[in-house]
Amino acid sequence: MTVYLLRRILQSLMVLLAMSVIVFVGVYAIGDPVEILISPDADQMERERAIAALGLDLPLWQQYLVFLQNALRGDLGRSFVFNEPALQLILNRMPATLELAFGAMFLSVLIGLPLGLYAGLKPDSVGSRVIMAGSILGFSLPTFWVGLMLIMVFAVQLGWLPSSGRGETVQILGLHWSFLTANGWMHLAMPAFNLALFKISLVIRLTRSGVREAMLMDYVKFARAKGLSPTRVTFVHVFKNILIPVVTVVGLELGSTIAFSVVTETVFAWPGMGKLIIDSINVLDRPVIVAYLMVIVLMFITINLIVDILYSVLDPRVRLESKA
Amino acid sequence: MSTTLEVRNLRTHFFTRAGVVKAVDGVSFTVGRGQVLGLVGESGSGKTVTGFSIIGLVDPPGRVVEGEILFHGRNLATASEEELRHLRGNRIAMIFQDPMMTLNPVLRVDTQMIETVLAHEKVSREEARQRSRDALGMVGIPSPDERLKSYPHQFSGGMRQRVAIAIALLHRPELIIADEPTTALDVTIQGQILAEVQKLAATTGTSLIWITHDLSVVAGLADEIAVMYAGRVVEGGEVGAVLDAPFHPYTVGLIGSVPSRNRRGEPLRQIPGMTPSLLKLPAGCAFRSRCPRADEACLAMPDLLELRPGRRARCFHPHLEGAGA
Ligand SMILES: Nc1ncnc2c1ncn2[C@@H]1O[C@H](COP(=O)(O)OP(=O)(O)OP(=O)(O)O)[C@@H](O)[C@H]1O
Ligand code: SF4
Ligand SMILES: [Mg+2]
Repeated sequence: MTVYLLRRILQSLMVLLAMSVIVFVGVYAIGDPVEILISPDADQMERERAIAALGLDLPLWQQYLVFLQNALRGDLGRSFVFNEPALQLILNRMPATLELAFGAMFLSVLIGLPLGLYAGLKPDSVGSRVIMAGSILGFSLPTFWVGLMLIMVFAVQLGWLPSSGRGETVQILGLHWSFLTANGWMHLAMPAFNLALFKISLVIRLTRSGVREAMLMDYVKFARAKGLSPTRVTFVHVFKNILIPVVTVVGLELGSTIAFSVVTETVFAWPGMGKLIIDSINVLDRPVIVAYLMVIVLMFITINLIVDILYSVLDPRVRLESKA
Repeated sequence: MSTTLEVRNLRTHFFTRAGVVKAVDGVSFTVGRGQVLGLVGESGSGKTVTGFSIIGLVDPPGRVVEGEILFHGRNLATASEEELRHLRGNRIAMIFQDPMMTLNPVLRVDTQMIETVLAHEKVSREEARQRSRDALGMVGIPSPDERLKSYPHQFSGGMRQRVAIAIALLHRPELIIADEPTTALDVTIQGQILAEVQKLAATTGTSLIWITHDLSVVAGLADEIAVMYAGRVVEGGEVGAVLDAPFHPYTVGLIGSVPSRNRRGEPLRQIPGMTPSLLKLPAGCAFRSRCPRADEACLAMPDLLELRPGRRARCFHPHLEGAGA
């Protein structure tokens, strides 16, 4: 296991390095921040001084090396706009996004798993057909439209839930969290559900097909031939087997949920990383964009690693192979 | 001799989109206490479906549409699901064909054994564990205490089938339905398992239905034999008598296609033709298209008749020549 872990971590570092090159070159290619950052009235002297101060006069590879050197010290550059360390800026916004993403994942399992289980066990019932039709909607309706509809209904018409912001927060370890206050929950509910909609559909479909497949397996028939109760057959024999694909996919989806919370954050004015990155792209705040992308890459890599480990905990066959 | 199980005219059909598949369409046999019945027939003849029908595990679109399954006189064909559940794994156990698929891959062996004990008896977990360990020891698994903590993939195929047999034995059932339990294993392991099961059945008075397409296994193991063809029992009787002088042309062909020491040098005779599709069986005897004795009479369906004491066959022109008048 240790050897396996070390190898995985080494691989991860290589990926991170490769991604840093791609991200850096990619962001460099999308336009010149000088045009946006420096006032058109500035004279030539001022322009050059500003460009030198931002390190934009060096050739690309030198800029990259400087970036890499600083990155190893945990410094991903300063925001052109806020004149704050880019990483700091992102980390300050991270709790809001994490809260949103985990809330969405939690909802998707909480809602998707039981519905998928039901649809898999009773594939021909009316309830299953309704669930499956609903999951198609969840897949195909655009997130921003659903978000606006949610606001229309629950905030404007019914007035049950607030339409924007994080509400009251509590400070822990220097970071702000809203899931610790009732008011924060109220604010979190709608955006989390909005972000979860797609995942709920995904979990429903995954669970349903897993259950249907498992029900045909000999081991389920054998479990029934042993005289076990239907409850035990479903919740131990079937459930433990479908948990493997569901955990894998939900885990891997966490990364994309975080990355794609951009839309939901914009609709609900949720002050997370997604909103920050949209604003930064608008003004070509390069260090923030690069830092954001690096953080996201790091997050994906970490999540994949954790999912792999979880997977081996759930599936005894994988556990053995990695030991060998 | 008391009767453990009597199956009378069992019919189990599958109502598929393509039509009604009459997988079991007239199966009758009896199994006495402590007896071994060999249920033989080629692939697709309905052996497995017969086994599942007995324990009430035929899944939709399949259904037992007719017949009686008398277990100690109680008709299981009309029993409630709850009643069947209390019989399954308790008084009637089943062992499946493929040992690689029957154990749940993500549950430890102890979990899968202990749950079986607890499903039918209120005992402590500790006692359930001890019984599981004893059962593993009984089927010849070395160091059962450690093996209990293993996962199925840590066992070989033969060992997995032993675990499945141990699970079947946990409640000392009165009837075990063994569905080709040794076909997936190599010959030496097959022999060992056969010998052990035979011994267990003899010492505990358990009745066995041994499903197989291997006549040599039946010859060595069974007391009675029932030969199935296209969902029907076509011949039944005491195993030695049937194998020595089969009545039904299909049984004759089946025995002729098995290599034998007595007929060394003679070519093996395959039964000509193919098994007919169960979806569109022609009227009359299902073996007609392949039978050397077929004539107009065979356009009607023959009944399973007792032609000699203890010898039944479903045929208009049985091989009675060698059997005396
Ligand atoms: N779920 C099902 N739906 C439709 N037909 C089925 C179903 N299950 C079994 N059958 C049909 O029932 C027939 C008998 O199958 P069964 O499994 O009992 O054969 P078998 O004698 O056990 O054969 P084998 O030696 O290959 O195991 C087959 O023709 C099969 O196509
Ligand atoms: S009934 Fe006719 S066709 Fe059928 S087995 Fe007997 S002789 Fe052959
Ligand atoms: Mg079979």
